[in-house]
Amino acid sequence: MNIIQGILVLLVAGIAGVGSVLDEGQTHRPLVACTLVGLILGNLNMGIILGGTLEMMALGWMNVGLAMAPDTALASIVSTLLVINTHANIGEGIAIAVPLAAAGQALTIFVRTIVVFFVHKGDDFAKKGNYRAIEWMHVISMGLQALRVMVPTAIVMMISTSAVEAGLKAIPTVITGGLQIAGGIIVVVGYAMVINMMDVPHLKPFFYLGFLFAAFTNFNLVGFGGLGLIFALLYIQLKYNNNNGNNHHSSGTSEKLATASASNGDDDLDDDLDD
Amino acid sequence: MDNAIANTDTKKTLTKSDLRHMYVRSWFLLGSFNFERAQNMGYCFVMIPAIKRFYAPGKERNEALERHMEWFNTHPWLTAPIFGVTSAMEEEKANGGKVDGTAIAAMKIGLMGPLAGVGDPLLWGTARPVLAALGAGIAKTGSILGPLLFFVLINAIRLSIKWYLLKYGYQKGSEIISDMAGDRIKKLTEGASIMGLFVMGALVSKWTTINIPIVATRISGKTQTIQNILDTVLPGALALVLTLFVSWLLKKGVSPLTIIFGIFALGIIGKWLGFLG
Repeated sequence: MNIIQGILVLLVAGIAGVGSVLDEGQTHRPLVACTLVGLILGNLNMGIILGGTLEMMALGWMNVGLAMAPDTALASIVSTLLVINTHANIGEGIAIAVPLAAAGQALTIFVRTIVVFFVHKGDDFAKKGNYRAIEWMHVISMGLQALRVMVPTAIVMMISTSAVEAGLKAIPTVITGGLQIAGGIIVVVGYAMVINMMDVPHLKPFFYLGFLFAAFTNFNLVGFGGLGLIFALLYIQLKYNNNNGNNHHSSGTSEKLATASASNGDDDLDDDLDD
Repeated sequence: MDNAIANTDTKKTLTKSDLRHMYVRSWFLLGSFNFERAQNMGYCFVMIPAIKRFYAPGKERNEALERHMEWFNTHPWLTAPIFGVTSAMEEEKANGGKVDGTAIAAMKIGLMGPLAGVGDPLLWGTARPVLAALGAGIAKTGSILGPLLFFVLINAIRLSIKWYLLKYGYQKGSEIISDMAGDRIKKLTEGASIMGLFVMGALVSKWTTINIPIVATRISGKTQTIQNILDTVLPGALALVLTLFVSWLLKKGVSPLTIIFGIFALGIIGKWLGFLG
């Protein structure tokens, strides 16, 4: 790894670090971050495959409310860096990524607490009408999130490759093989998180319906998305249109809606879903 | 004081460039996310172009800045309509309308919940996992198409909904309040949940790899493992049981990381004793 590659990796680390707090461009997802590091280090293929593997594990990780998912930014960047530099395999990559995700989460909690200080500064500037200073407080906070991943990455890059390699070689195959098996199973944690988030008891049958369809058919994900959409449309049509005629609308407080939906069921529904 | 502004003939409105600035700023909304007031300073950061347009330097501008430093938290992509609506309200206030600061703050809080309720299942629960699973599936074969597909599609969704909803919110202004109060949000939330749950059910079955290689029967040279037998009855049954168990654990307050480490331990022990492969 030369100097330019090192700088580029740090740059990607910063972008992914900011990305994991912003949750906008998804640069912190393993699929993107691992691929970029692989590209820089000249082993794009490894980056993509490791990214795909880690992405499946992190599928359901999301920041909902104030709850925070394990940090994929640090995990993706550093694990790809180590796997490519030490010619390790995917199993070893997963073995490194998981503790890194936990460490990254701890660092994120730390930074999100420090930012409180800058927000209090922002309050003072708001009182004085100094909007430019508020902008700076915001940008500095964002910079801290970049450093959160850049600094640990730089430290890992400075430790000699052979030391890391020796450390990785010391891991017995039962561990790496076991972790690889666990990698296939661990996706259920993400699924469970998503399911819990959408936990509406009367809609739960749709989950089992999806499961049974998948168990006995060979549709791909686009097929399942389409089927899911059709079920959703049917359910809403049946639920909301049956009641409209008799005005037994479950939440008939809104007169506007009652009159609107009385006119034409199909158009009304289409409008709702277009909105 | 408001009347003084209203009497001047020029009505203050956001220019197209103001909206564009707010749009680009909204990509950085969560930059200062903190445990005390969540997205508060980010919200103020995005509102600054509007506040600058509507209020001259002085007490009113300072109050507007302070107003948008209040606690705020919702789905980051679906803040767009809230920015639109609150700028429409700020506009009305600045032009001497009836809207007061409290109404603007209440509007923010009021829209926060329903929009998070739609955004979390629809975007975090459905769009992203589905696109990511699709991308990751392709990526595992080593094809660059996987990451590209995910990155391009997810950002196309994000960029278009953010721009459209920001404009929609601003144009509709306070009209949107009654719009949101009706059944539409409920329908959208339910529809999104159905789609999300259905796809999740499919993912549990298709994308979980559990293999129990223990040989169960050996009839005339043909071996059958426990996994083979399970698959003939109900493919993915183990994954389903495990998913429901993890869902239950999470509800009991067990941390996801604890569960993840638990599954790692299971994988290693399984490999060591040979009941997983």
